[in-house]
Amino acid sequence: MQQIISLLMENKPGALMRVTGLLSQRGYNIESLTVARTLDPTLSRMTITVDVEPQIRAQVIKQMNKLINVLQATDVTDGPAVNRELVLVRVRTNQQSRTAVLKEAEIFQARVVDSTLEGFALEATGDPEKLDEFIDVMSSYGDIEVTRSGIVSMSLDNKKLRLSPPVPRGAAPEEVPEFQSAD
Amino acid sequence: MSNLLSGAKILLNCLTRENVECIFGYPGGVTLPLYDALYDYPIKHVLVRHEQNAAFAAQGYARATGKVGVCCATSGPGATNLVTGLVDAMMDSIPVVALTGQVTSKLMGSDAFQEADTFGITRPATKHNFLIKNINELPKIIHEAFYIAASGRPGPVLVDITKDVFQGQAHYTPVTEIHLPGYKVYSEGHSGQIRRAAQMIWEAERPFVYAGGGIIAANASPELRALVELIDAPTVCTLMGLGGLPAEHRNFISMPGMHGSYAANMGMSNTDLIIALGVRFDDRVTGRLAAFAPHAKVIHIDVDPAEIGKNRYTDLPIVGDAKRVLPKLTAELNELAPAMKAKNAAARQAWWKQIREWKEEHPLRPEVSEKEIKPQHLMAEIDRLSGGRAIVASDVGQHQMWAAQLIRFNEPRLWINSGGLGSMGFGLPAAIGAQFARPDKLVFAVVGDGGFQMSIPELATIMNHALPVKIVVMNNGYLGMIRQWQELFYNNRLSQAELSCFPDVEKLAGAYGFKGRAVENAGELPRAIEEAVAEPGPYLLNVRVSPFENVFPMVPAGGAINEMVLRPPQPVEV
Repeated sequence: MQQIISLLMENKPGALMRVTGLLSQRGYNIESLTVARTLDPTLSRMTITVDVEPQIRAQVIKQMNKLINVLQATDVTDGPAVNRELVLVRVRTNQQSRTAVLKEAEIFQARVVDSTLEGFALEATGDPEKLDEFIDVMSSYGDIEVTRSGIVSMSLDNKKLRLSPPVPRGAAPEEVPEFQSAD
Repeated sequence: MSNLLSGAKILLNCLTRENVECIFGYPGGVTLPLYDALYDYPIKHVLVRHEQNAAFAAQGYARATGKVGVCCATSGPGATNLVTGLVDAMMDSIPVVALTGQVTSKLMGSDAFQEADTFGITRPATKHNFLIKNINELPKIIHEAFYIAASGRPGPVLVDITKDVFQGQAHYTPVTEIHLPGYKVYSEGHSGQIRRAAQMIWEAERPFVYAGGGIIAANASPELRALVELIDAPTVCTLMGLGGLPAEHRNFISMPGMHGSYAANMGMSNTDLIIALGVRFDDRVTGRLAAFAPHAKVIHIDVDPAEIGKNRYTDLPIVGDAKRVLPKLTAELNELAPAMKAKNAAARQAWWKQIREWKEEHPLRPEVSEKEIKPQHLMAEIDRLSGGRAIVASDVGQHQMWAAQLIRFNEPRLWINSGGLGSMGFGLPAAIGAQFARPDKLVFAVVGDGGFQMSIPELATIMNHALPVKIVVMNNGYLGMIRQWQELFYNNRLSQAELSCFPDVEKLAGAYGFKGRAVENAGELPRAIEEAVAEPGPYLLNVRVSPFENVFPMVPAGGAINEMVLRPPQPVEV
């Protein structure tokens, strides 16, 4: 079963690699991964969907929380959380099928984002299972092209974010023999 | 206070503010600006002969003192050569900061000369790593690196610095505070949990303390001793924890695990309460996990929350620094003692009686023969001269196990070995680092003939600095542990295990300018080691031991730790 992990992390080079590295070094394949900055531009929110054996799941979350760039990693698989995904579908239509495709799109609350004589580009959002159905329906009208965003998740839990305070560091500057000027 | 300084000089100022006394390194193209600045800066630099040994020497320094060890290498091959030493430090939680040069930032990604993706390569080899392309970030990152390396569960941190950062100029303002909001260091321990732990300990009939490298890392030996004496529990120290409790302490049982003693493994298998302190239930300790300590509840105290429950279910976890948690636990135990201590006194007496019986049944006793030098005899001789006080840096293999079994360590930070990664070639450079850290100490490098040949170039470093390291090669002419496994598990088909060529050590040491000799028979051994120790400078001793000796007790891979093979199978008369 897929595990959904939500991470709040520093928006820094290499931060993504550290998170994915924890999964790849254990041989886990990432099903989907989305990341974008938060209201605070120094931070990013990431959602990963990955198939991890149940007995390892807690360990993976702990290892992620140990990463210095990660402020918080949460397993949101079993909620409470909202999980949403966006899909773009290009579907070819002929004169006969155009109306039917539009009707189906309406049922799934999909929007037409491009319309040509050859067909439509449709945009739908929803939970991943609903999008699976939407894609199934659309593929019944012929060959389609699909791009999925991967799941974005928002936890509805009131988990407190614990951040470490600044720490003093280094010997007092006046105790150190400094190079006094440039050469 | 703000001066216009080069990046190289800013770096050196930051190192001084981190109280760095000594860097183990090897220069190269992109670190030339750094080495130029170092030329007139009062930090000692030790020129090793291979970057891997710079990382091992930095570890030896760190392991012997608890301070952060520092190593330095150039871009590309310099940095990649550090990797084994970094992974080794990661596995054993040793604080090391590695500084590497990187090609000029404009050239990065262009396959420039001596370019490698050091940041990417060392991501899984370090606790954390940094890439500095902007000189203004330099001071902050250097202090962050040292803080991360030494705090919490220690580990290696690599800082990759581009050549243009070394060469650039910036106004230097010393950093006095760093902020790593996502880096959590747990130190105090949960007071409610500590109280419950105290109750569990007094309620146990057969308590057993399992202490590891975390005790050494936390400098918590006195606190461990106070706890152990209060509860009077039998105590084992793991390969990484030897010296955490003095070897001569009456509660010390020895090392548990694959080559642990009978009493240690039987104790672990029969206890009703494991008090696990700074350990990670490593497979070399637990044997088959499903059969490990089947009757025991577990109290696990560790600074790393990810260690709790990783391998073995923990009944009562306490996340914190042993140095802070153990005194609180001892205080709680003292408070509860009047009401609870006497309760299980009889059961505990019986437990001790049982432990003593196991100890007497199969003691770890060095074998001695007059016909040949038994490897155990060699370790007993080193032990005799050490008296539990010398630093012993070991390589990896049979000699490491015999040394761990038979040499006493009465203080922490005397036993220096590559435990988790098991890197051959570790012993000699680690001894170099330890001797720099502790010039007052007698330092043995106890190595096999295999590992020694991986680190021969460092004899030059030893000679350069006239380090009085006593190198003792336990020479059995084989990769002994490989040969042992091939004998026991592969029908004695000895495949590529024999090391049939070995240099004449008198000539070898002589070629570098110091003394060495070979020892062939048991009668000469005590004198030879005494001579080596008496020599004011370095000494290289090649001890020809019996080639077919195996390390026992042994828990075969996949076995339960109470299913030890205690002695070699007796030859069958045909």
